[in-house]
Amino acid sequence: MLEKALVGSQRYWGWIIFLLAVIGVGFACWIYQLNYGLGITGMSRDISWGVYIAQFTYFVGVAAGAVMLVIPKYLHHYQKYANIVIFGEFLAIAAVVMCLLFIIVDIGQPQRMLNVLFYPTPNSILFWDMIVLNGYLAINIIVGWNSLLAERKHVPPPAWIKPFIYLSIPWAISIHTVTAFLYAGLPGRHLWLTAIMAPRFLASAFAAGPSLLILLLLLVKKLTRFEPGEEAIQSVAKTVCYAQIANMFFLALEFFTAFYSNIPGHMSGLKYLFFGLDGYHELVPWMWTSITFGLFGILLLLIPPLRRNHTFLVVACASIFFSTWVDKGVGLVIGGFIPNPLEQVTEYHPTFPEIAIATAIWAIGALILTILYKVVVSVRQENA
Amino acid sequence: MSMDRREFIKIAGISALLGITGKGAFELLRPGDLDAFEGQEGGAGLRKEDLPKIRWGMTIDVKKCDGQVVQKVRGVCDYLHNIPHFNNKKDEVKWIWGDTYEHAFADGANEYIDDAIKELPFLLLCNHCDHPPCVRVCPTRATFKRPDGIVAMDYHRCIGCRFCMAACPFGSRSFNWRDPREGLKGRKLNPEFPTRMRGVVEKCNFCVERIDKGQIPACAEAAPEVMTFGNLADPNSNIRQVLRVRTSLRRKIELGTEPFVFYLV
Ligand code: SF4
Ligand code: SF4
Repeated sequence: MLEKALVGSQRYWGWIIFLLAVIGVGFACWIYQLNYGLGITGMSRDISWGVYIAQFTYFVGVAAGAVMLVIPKYLHHYQKYANIVIFGEFLAIAAVVMCLLFIIVDIGQPQRMLNVLFYPTPNSILFWDMIVLNGYLAINIIVGWNSLLAERKHVPPPAWIKPFIYLSIPWAISIHTVTAFLYAGLPGRHLWLTAIMAPRFLASAFAAGPSLLILLLLLVKKLTRFEPGEEAIQSVAKTVCYAQIANMFFLALEFFTAFYSNIPGHMSGLKYLFFGLDGYHELVPWMWTSITFGLFGILLLLIPPLRRNHTFLVVACASIFFSTWVDKGVGLVIGGFIPNPLEQVTEYHPTFPEIAIATAIWAIGALILTILYKVVVSVRQENA
Repeated sequence: MSMDRREFIKIAGISALLGITGKGAFELLRPGDLDAFEGQEGGAGLRKEDLPKIRWGMTIDVKKCDGQVVQKVRGVCDYLHNIPHFNNKKDEVKWIWGDTYEHAFADGANEYIDDAIKELPFLLLCNHCDHPPCVRVCPTRATFKRPDGIVAMDYHRCIGCRFCMAACPFGSRSFNWRDPREGLKGRKLNPEFPTRMRGVVEKCNFCVERIDKGQIPACAEAAPEVMTFGNLADPNSNIRQVLRVRTSLRRKIELGTEPFVFYLV
């Protein structure tokens, strides 16, 4: 079926070539990083995780977000999603691949990565994260691909994939819970040491993944004759809205606990991010922009006539996607490291090669997504 | 005074013996597994009761420490372990260093403490915690706790994920962001200690290489009036005697990592 990705318009090929070029630049930077070491990045002894791990964390959420289509479709037989659930599953595939790539580029000795398998260490959350991520990738490939094959042959999907579909639901929850545990169990990192880290991760995931999906579906609708269905789009939009409300509420809870208790360690990370600490406030504008965009997106989605207007819908989804990205893809990781264990502030500035490598991984994700979506749309058009 | 010589030889002898017969071989075959010892009875035929009663620790007399001591101690450690120097903070690698009282006791600093103490440098290093979070999070057991309490590194197994750096609440770990050999150029190298490669984490190892030969850590040897190294499991050891008579502080004790470096005030 993949051969369907090989025929396309000039615009299609232009886009593919553009992505390949971005990937090429990032790949060159990665080779440079392999030769020189992670010293080419802006990371330091104090900020030992940066853009790579932050993007990894964010895209685990995007991947988990697919479950917001799978649950209604398969648990509640909400047939309006029948047409689009596969787009969610394929988005999850692209996002998980990106996550794995972000891990690979972040590791100082990637050639030793199999050590995680040779010396399995169940007390390390990273070990479990590797298992759940790869498992989720496999489940989505199995389910997505087989449903598409069935669709092409005009037959119902084989019965044996049912268990995989049901398994994918708790599994999606698990990938983001385990990723939250990477952070939540560390003593001395107060911003991360919070029991609602996993719920916060899930809430932001269920806002971020589906909002990206709406944007993608509307784009596909525009570029091809594919019709996702207005009612389906509206339902996903409501999911985004409620998830984002929960997400912002959880953030407010963090503020309450830290500031009402008045414990310095618990306040200092939030202080750095939102108000500045010891004269350092580089991220402050970012974080407030994130809050503003998050609330703005909620507002647009809450008002039915605005939500039904696709222009506003796109603005709302883009705002929420951006808002959650800043919160998780920028603030979360850096805020956990600032201040450092000695209460000193070292700021972090990603370097050009670091950004180029991260962008290349975004491009790889986009490439996978383009190819998979192209195949889906071609099959649908053939069948129409 | 550092550890009593006779006492040391006695313990070193026992550990060497055990090292050859049992645990040493065990560690050679499956390095890193030793950290699992605690609380895990009978792993691979070894029992907790068989282990020597050793728990290494260190005291640092804050009042006797000054800039000169810090410099001396750091110089010895840097040379012995081929620790690279780069002149930018970003690539910094350090095992033991001097920092202020406020930084050392970031969450417990008392502004009314004696000014004399406030102005003194505090020697900071890995605390060789009893419940080390760095060991708990490492996905490959490249960092592991030996039965004698030393938290050690296997540079050949580390994948450089830096999870341990995020987990250590004391900022005791460094990463080789670039080739450490470049930070050693023009300096006298210690041929007996390996240099590292880029992409791995490193930190103070309590001079395991010396301890296994019956010596004490180089810093304690260089500044015997400031540091006492010894066996906390032995009630008669001189570190226990020091702790009996002096008031001591440990860093971030509320986190439950149980640091084994004690600051005498
Ligand atoms: S001080 Fe840090 S590196 Fe050393 S044992 Fe404790 S947690 Fe691990
Ligand atoms: S950086 Fe190395 S020692 Fe640290 S957790 Fe990762 S593999 Fe273990």
